[in-house]
Amino acid sequence: MTLEIFTYGFMQRALVSGIAIALLCSVVGLFLVLRRYSLFGDAVAHSSFGGIALGLLLGIYPMWTAYVIALISAAIITRLKQKFDISGEASVAILLSSGIAFGLILISISGGFSVDIFSFLFGSILLVSIEDTILILGLTGGILIVILLLYRELIYSTFNEEQAKVSGIPVEKINYLIVFIAGITVVTSIQLVGILLISALFVIPNVTAIMFGRSFKQTAILSISFAISAVVIGILISYLLDITPSGSIVMLSITIFAVTIGLKSLGLINRSLKIKKSFLSNHFVNN
Amino acid sequence: MKVVEIKNLTFEYPGVKAIDNVSFSVEQNDFLGIIGPNGAGKSTLFSCMLGLNNQYDGTIFFFGKNIRESKKYLKDIGYVPQKPIFEKNFPATVREVVRMGLRKKFDEKRVDKVLQDVWIHELSHKRIGELSIGQQQRVFIAKALVGDPKILILDEPVTGIDIQSTELFYGILRDLNKKQNITIIWASHDLDAVNRLANKVACLDRTLFFHGVSDKFFSNEELVKKYAEASMQKHMHQHVKS
Repeated sequence: MTLEIFTYGFMQRALVSGIAIALLCSVVGLFLVLRRYSLFGDAVAHSSFGGIALGLLLGIYPMWTAYVIALISAAIITRLKQKFDISGEASVAILLSSGIAFGLILISISGGFSVDIFSFLFGSILLVSIEDTILILGLTGGILIVILLLYRELIYSTFNEEQAKVSGIPVEKINYLIVFIAGITVVTSIQLVGILLISALFVIPNVTAIMFGRSFKQTAILSISFAISAVVIGILISYLLDITPSGSIVMLSITIFAVTIGLKSLGLINRSLKIKKSFLSNHFVNN
Repeated sequence: MKVVEIKNLTFEYPGVKAIDNVSFSVEQNDFLGIIGPNGAGKSTLFSCMLGLNNQYDGTIFFFGKNIRESKKYLKDIGYVPQKPIFEKNFPATVREVVRMGLRKKFDEKRVDKVLQDVWIHELSHKRIGELSIGQQQRVFIAKALVGDPKILILDEPVTGIDIQSTELFYGILRDLNKKQNITIIWASHDLDAVNRLANKVACLDRTLFFHGVSDKFFSNEELVKKYAEASMQKHMHQHVKS
């Protein structure tokens, strides 16, 4: 029964799309968290709600309008920060509420909530089509290639903007690039966990990994591992227990965070997630 | 040979002149100490020199070229800020921080050498946030040196560092200037250290009221007294305001 679920087409598509989205969110999210932009995903997701409502009202595929609105929102957040010295968190809060308000007005005009809107709010990874899967894989590949090519610029401008500028890195352009990448990632991920839980994918695996990773690469690998584990196990649990995948994925991420933080506070694991030798030897002797 | 030349530099924040018609030059292999009270315009001067601030009047030349025309001069500059500012939980090792900004094909031995030069090699696998402020500042010197710069610019780099680390830091700067022939431009409050280390002094308080050989400044009691009075007045003014 358990292995049988891997033979279903919808499950295969859900797992492939879920793994790609987990990989993308953890890598992009690491830059956002370290830039103190943890709620950026939330703000862009909420503003893309307006885009989805606009698409549904106009009869256009809502994901396309969501991408457009997400990119405009990402540009506005960056502009507010750079030009008017409005803090990142304040501009995030402004966009977060304005996106929802815009969406609600459009939904009211179009005659109220529909099933479509709920699937965008809470995610519907088990319903992704083959076309969606191809789009998700394509965007994941494209964004990861851009990140690998500009890794040097991205990490340095995240670490210290002033020093990056002095070393000749075009920091303003890099800032726009990272928010555009994040905007595309947010909209792509809506299908997995929905608008309301999106920031969990960006933030929780990274906050967990940052506690343990010594180097940037190690932290990125840990974050990717946590995110993919939560998504794969979350999707399987949701199917077996007949619960919503978005809820089980996010709750699993939180469980991983809680367990690791608990083990760390008890002194049972050190940085790099290695179980302390003293704990192992005591355990071995006692048993 | 002049490596830096500043002509009639003026910079104004809204309603306040931070730098007023400042002109001076720096010769190759100079160790220039820039002294001045808080708010004298030292950091503003550096931000103009480093291309972080382009809203100034006047001209700045590095290696004979106007910096408004090209940013290529930055590859020959190492910069150490006043405080190593970064997210304190940033997951990067000392070695990773030193490598940041380097092209993909770089010499790992060069990274080892600069880490050894600033006495930080044994900490190279530690996470940057686990180091003391003094150690972090040495990492930032290593970072400034790894690109093999011709000029090192330091903005009050020992602020908040204990005396022992400060002396170690000064020793490193002296070696870089004497043994590796790196031109150093260094903003400092520490008159005694400037007297010991720098061969040239620029005394700034919005305008430049001295620029020349270090001995000439420190042997002129009137100049030193004028500097001390200006510093005291600024200090008192800030104290009353706060």
